[in-house]
Amino acid sequence: MTTAGAVARARATTVSASETLPWLASALLVGLVLYYFIGIDQGAVSVFGDTSYVHELVHDARHFLGFPCH
Amino acid sequence: MEARSFVLRGALAGAVAGVVAWLFALVVAEPQVEAAIGYEEGRGAAEEALATAAGAAPAGGAEEEVVSRGFQATIGVGLGMVGIGIALGLLFAVAYTLLHGRVAVRPRVLALLVAGAGFLTIYATPFVKYPASPPAVGSDETIGDRTALYLVMVVGSIAFLAAAVFVARLVRERIGTWNAVLVGGVVYIALSAILMTVLPGLGELTINVVENGPRVTETPLPLRDASGTIIYTGFDADVLYAFRVASFTAQALLWGVLGLVFGALVERRLARGETTERTAQATSA
Repeated sequence: MTTAGAVARARATTVSASETLPWLASALLVGLVLYYFIGIDQGAVSVFGDTSYVHELVHDARHFLGFPCH
Repeated sequence: MEARSFVLRGALAGAVAGVVAWLFALVVAEPQVEAAIGYEEGRGAAEEALATAAGAAPAGGAEEEVVSRGFQATIGVGLGMVGIGIALGLLFAVAYTLLHGRVAVRPRVLALLVAGAGFLTIYATPFVKYPASPPAVGSDETIGDRTALYLVMVVGSIAFLAAAVFVARLVRERIGTWNAVLVGGVVYIALSAILMTVLPGLGELTINVVENGPRVTETPLPLRDASGTIIYTGFDADVLYAFRVASFTAQALLWGVLGLVFGALVERRLARGETTERTAQATSA
């Protein structure tokens, strides 16, 4: 596949807003919720109350991914 | 191609990237985490001994273990890495879908550009101000402040890149693409530098200043007894450095694999779509 061909093909397949919106909105939401649970929940704030299961489970990844942890 | 294909491919590429980052973490990061936890425990014992000697009542037992260390260091870190891979893959897919076909580069190049932007804004720029830290580095009392400050850096750097792209597009007609990209780069760096200067270092948080005096970071200092003699060392600088290099490398891997796998998947899909079209035309003719 040539670069010019690939660019032209990509242009021809630009996606329209109406069919796109539900997928993009759900992807954004699920992505942010996952990011929150892996990076933040049960550290500074918690949606599951005063347990620390989520925090302890992903503890090492949280440190390693650069999120604040203790 | 519809948004659905991009979103699903983003999640898949993210999961693959997460698995790669997990394997990397098992080999490179876990030894550093173990060393840091060893330091934390040793220091805790030394602090307790010091407090007891000073006449305080011994602190109540060891920390309760909710998830075992062995599980944390193998499956737990894997769930975290694959989970964050999927999360970043989904967010990546949103940005990619909005740009697909609107930029004059082929899909696999655009995928790498978007991945590079994600790495820069979501990880690398915040890392410059608030670097990833192993266990023992970071106080329990400041977790709220630290989380808030970190997220300000993440959101700020995303906004700054958006601003930089906006400015670059504005001046592109007049000064050409190359110079416009340079101008955008300067805008991004300048705005990020201003935010980093304005935000406090973690050692400057009130709780830490009260305890240790003004410092830049929370990295543990040597523990001293009443006479000033060091009874437990400060945190090992080499462990800290190795952990941070490993963290940075893992994120580069995560974003790099995500961008490459996603680009390959999208180009394959586009090529297949074209073949189907040709076949359809040939059949109808």
